[in-house]
Amino acid sequence: MCPEATRSIATKTTQTNRVATPAISAASDALPAGAGQPAAIAVRHCSFGYRDDPPRPALAGVSFEVASGELVAVIGANGTGKSTLLKLIAGLLAPEEGDIAVGGREVRGPDLGVGFVFQEPRLLPWRSSLENVALPLELAGWSRNAREARARDLLRLVGAPDVERLRPHQLSGGTRQRTAIARALALEPAVLLLDEPFSALDALTRERFNVALQSIWRATGTTILLVTHSISEAIFLADRVVVLAGRPGRIVAQVPIRLGRPRTLVDLDASIVSDASAAIRAALEREDLA
Amino acid sequence: MTRRVLRDLLPVVAVATGFVVAWKLLVVIGGYPTFILPPPEVVASRLVAAWRDGTIEPHVATTLTEILLGFLIGSGLALVTGYALARSRLAERLLSPYLVAAQATPILALAPLIALWFGTGLASKVIICSLIVFFPIAVATMVGVRSVDRQLLEVGRVYRATPLQVLTRLEIPGALPLIFGGIRVGATLAVIGAIIGEWAGGESGLGVLINLARGSLFDTPLLFATLLTIAALGVALYWLILLVEHQLVGERG
Repeated sequence: MCPEATRSIATKTTQTNRVATPAISAASDALPAGAGQPAAIAVRHCSFGYRDDPPRPALAGVSFEVASGELVAVIGANGTGKSTLLKLIAGLLAPEEGDIAVGGREVRGPDLGVGFVFQEPRLLPWRSSLENVALPLELAGWSRNAREARARDLLRLVGAPDVERLRPHQLSGGTRQRTAIARALALEPAVLLLDEPFSALDALTRERFNVALQSIWRATGTTILLVTHSISEAIFLADRVVVLAGRPGRIVAQVPIRLGRPRTLVDLDASIVSDASAAIRAALEREDLA
Repeated sequence: MTRRVLRDLLPVVAVATGFVVAWKLLVVIGGYPTFILPPPEVVASRLVAAWRDGTIEPHVATTLTEILLGFLIGSGLALVTGYALARSRLAERLLSPYLVAAQATPILALAPLIALWFGTGLASKVIICSLIVFFPIAVATMVGVRSVDRQLLEVGRVYRATPLQVLTRLEIPGALPLIFGGIRVGATLAVIGAIIGEWAGGESGLGVLINLARGSLFDTPLLFATLLTIAALGVALYWLILLVEHQLVGERG
């Protein structure tokens, strides 16, 4: 993270020392978004199925809310509709039943206020990193100078300032995903949807990226909905974990996470896993810092 | 940079040298007279003389004009048609059989007919060039557009790209490598098209010069010199396409 970039990008309130209640709420609960303002994301009784042969039901009666500035993780096994849920919220798919609202407005298609980071970086191979990050700005009609300046700021924010002239095939997997995150943040979306963005990375890189993602979230104040397979990743990053299970997927639990902010890998280790693991991670962190 | 150029050029020069040596050996060992198979040095000197005395130059200008016009018109139509074929199943069903039939009909058989309808001037050559260029570029465009990663198109949807933005920012750049494959083939075919058109009837052009050298002039070294010029024209066009391709497509990993 580059502090300078953080300052230039940060526009919203950062979250510190949030403490959630320890109880696991019932599956049907839609945790409130906060008094007086609409939820950043509101999913109400949503069902969806793919019209394949045979048809594949993906989600059934899913309801939950995400408050503005909240970071919520969705966790579940393969085939429980996690990615489908994100695509529904992004307006890339339309629910068969129920409705979805983002910022109080019903979702009827893709919205520039919603950023999306896919499981694969999906960078355009013929464009440099800078041009990839600038793509949404270009499509929105920004001038070249303005969009390049913004893209540079974003690459600094995500910790990839030195790759602006490189093309995707010249980047490591992690830097590609950083670039994809920068692109998703280009239009300052109120909501950022992340579909297992770090699943292709090795465990150690993934941990570093989780720390970086937390920093980005704190710097931008963007509401984040993160889909992940990793329980530790969900616990480390999220204020709340929504658990999807079954086929079609249903919400079976929403688990508030009782960890202060900002979180570090050492905090997570100390709270949840063994002392030995904590020591190894602490050693790795010391090694990183060194 | 210099080392890379040398590394790329050396094999080409080596093969060319080997070809010339083999050619010379064939003439010497076979004892062929010049009007059957002239030795390479005779062809080389005839080539230089033909350029110096202005024998070849106007013919090159004519053929080059035909090639460029035919290639531009043919490839332009092919790009539009290829895109329509890629995006519309109806267009594909309607047009595909006729395109394949047109491609299967030998251009050699069509050329006299086209010369009959459009005369022996520039128009008939340009039409023949366009026809011969059309098919490979149209098919390459169709395949290229269809092969654009759907995941990238979904990125366009996320950012609410307009249809024109999808075309210019995603589909065309994404399809370019395959389209250029067709354009490379088309460029070389354009040279063949121009020569066939000139054979079918014409007053000027390298195809006409071949006929003159073989027939009324009985100048076999000039015939070979013309063939070399045609080959050089094809290679130059091909390299030009490669250069443009490198600029537009670049390294994609």
